[in-house]
Amino acid sequence: MTTPAVDTSGGAPSSGSTPLEEPANLTWWQRYGDTTIIWTGRLTLLLALVVLWELLSGPVLDPLFVSRPSDVAERLVGWVGDGTLWTHTWITVREIFGGYLLGAVTGMVAGFAVASQRNLARIIDPFMMALYSVPKVALAPLFIVWFGIGLQMKILLAAVMVFFLVFLNTVAGVRQVDRGIVDAARLMGASRRELLIKVTLPASFTGVITGLRVAIPYALIGAVIGELVASNRGLGYLISNSAATFDTAGVFAALVVLSVIAAVVNMLVDMLGRRTDRWKPLEREPS
Amino acid sequence: MQSSILEATDVEKSFVKGDKRIVALRGFNLAVAEGSFVTVVGRSGCGKSTMLNMMAGLTKPTAGQITLRGEPVQGPRAEVGYLTQDDTLLPWREVRRNVEMPMELQGVGKRRRRETAQELIELVGLQGFEKHYPRELSGGMRRRASLARLLAGDPQTLLLDEPFGALDAQLRTDLQVELLRLWRGSGRTVVFVTHDLEEALLLGDRVVVLGPVGRLLLDEPVEIARPRDPDDVRVDERFVHLHKKLGAALKEGAL
Repeated sequence: MTTPAVDTSGGAPSSGSTPLEEPANLTWWQRYGDTTIIWTGRLTLLLALVVLWELLSGPVLDPLFVSRPSDVAERLVGWVGDGTLWTHTWITVREIFGGYLLGAVTGMVAGFAVASQRNLARIIDPFMMALYSVPKVALAPLFIVWFGIGLQMKILLAAVMVFFLVFLNTVAGVRQVDRGIVDAARLMGASRRELLIKVTLPASFTGVITGLRVAIPYALIGAVIGELVASNRGLGYLISNSAATFDTAGVFAALVVLSVIAAVVNMLVDMLGRRTDRWKPLEREPS
Repeated sequence: MQSSILEATDVEKSFVKGDKRIVALRGFNLAVAEGSFVTVVGRSGCGKSTMLNMMAGLTKPTAGQITLRGEPVQGPRAEVGYLTQDDTLLPWREVRRNVEMPMELQGVGKRRRRETAQELIELVGLQGFEKHYPRELSGGMRRRASLARLLAGDPQTLLLDEPFGALDAQLRTDLQVELLRLWRGSGRTVVFVTHDLEEALLLGDRVVVLGPVGRLLLDEPVEIARPRDPDDVRVDERFVHLHKKLGAALKEGAL
């Protein structure tokens, strides 16, 4: 390069124009205090509710209807011992994951395919909304006719529920992609494929993640509803079977297992979603 | 006079909005010589950005044509770099990976990419912020990151839409100097849109003043010797003369 044309100071622009970065020197409490408080609060609340339930069951509430935590725990232990719990949970888990995976993948693929064609998206939109608004429970009888009462029927029922949520959120996510960013990538010489992979996919990620997140409970709902409607296995079956024999402890035990499954799946998706959060600045005010 | 690299001939650009047709440019002609530094001045809404959009290949003229090296511009090309007014950094990429993006698309190897990106980041004074996401930067810093990204693609023709508008005076001067340094003797062509008359005269070989719908109000060579010191040039006779002329032309165009 030739000598600088007008420069009088020489070298690169002064770095004094960037904010100063320095170690924050946070104490353990400043760093983890909030998290500790929140988790302590959560555990205390849970414990309080369980104790309250245990105490009220009997003197105030009829244990025949509400059971009691100790009975539920006993039932869980019993089920774990004789293998009941594992057999039924495994079936429900397979239905949930199968349905979720099937629904999420088809939802995303269809979402991207439809959203990339502007007119197609507009044509299909009202139909999708109409189908989306149909209560999926109403499909259960039809699915029994089509697929029987086995695993398949539950997986498909869960998948249908998941599909619409993921599909609609993916389409919305793709639509929200900033036109300026797409143009910028085109200016840099991106091909159609590169645009999709390097721009459209990550830019719509927030929308897709939202869809994936809100769809999780619906995979559970789909699977359990399928089991409640017709089946002889799974946690849904355990619930309906226990209820039919007035075994409320069994109902609650199955519900506890369902909640645990839901919490675990939620955590998995949260970890995925944390990537998107990193785009936003993390502001920490040391107190 | 060298051969022109970019040429707009009888260009018209209009947009249909409702049942109205909005004309942004009409009867626009401009030839940009290869290797020259052309500054374009005009009030907001005179079609400067529309002109650049078409030169970059983002939009097509409604009538007339724009050619690059004699060939009609059909779409965006990597050899033409365009720094738009809007911030278009990818929010999910850190500064460094944003700067690497054009090289990634050109298939440059990872190590080369990293080295070049680092050099450019230092050039625009963003060292230490390689790992920051655009949202964590100030507006001026994002602007500098965009400039680094533009240069990473090593375009032969640079279209710059008010690149230094949002920067503070000192940084603005620094980057003007860097831009001139990168341009001089490199054979690159620059079309630089600004609303700052001083900047236009300080940087350009030639200054073009646009009026409503892209009417050419003035097209003057800037015959001030380089290097131009920002402090000295302001009292240069030709500078003062041109500054007055430009100001008058802008005023006249507004009528």
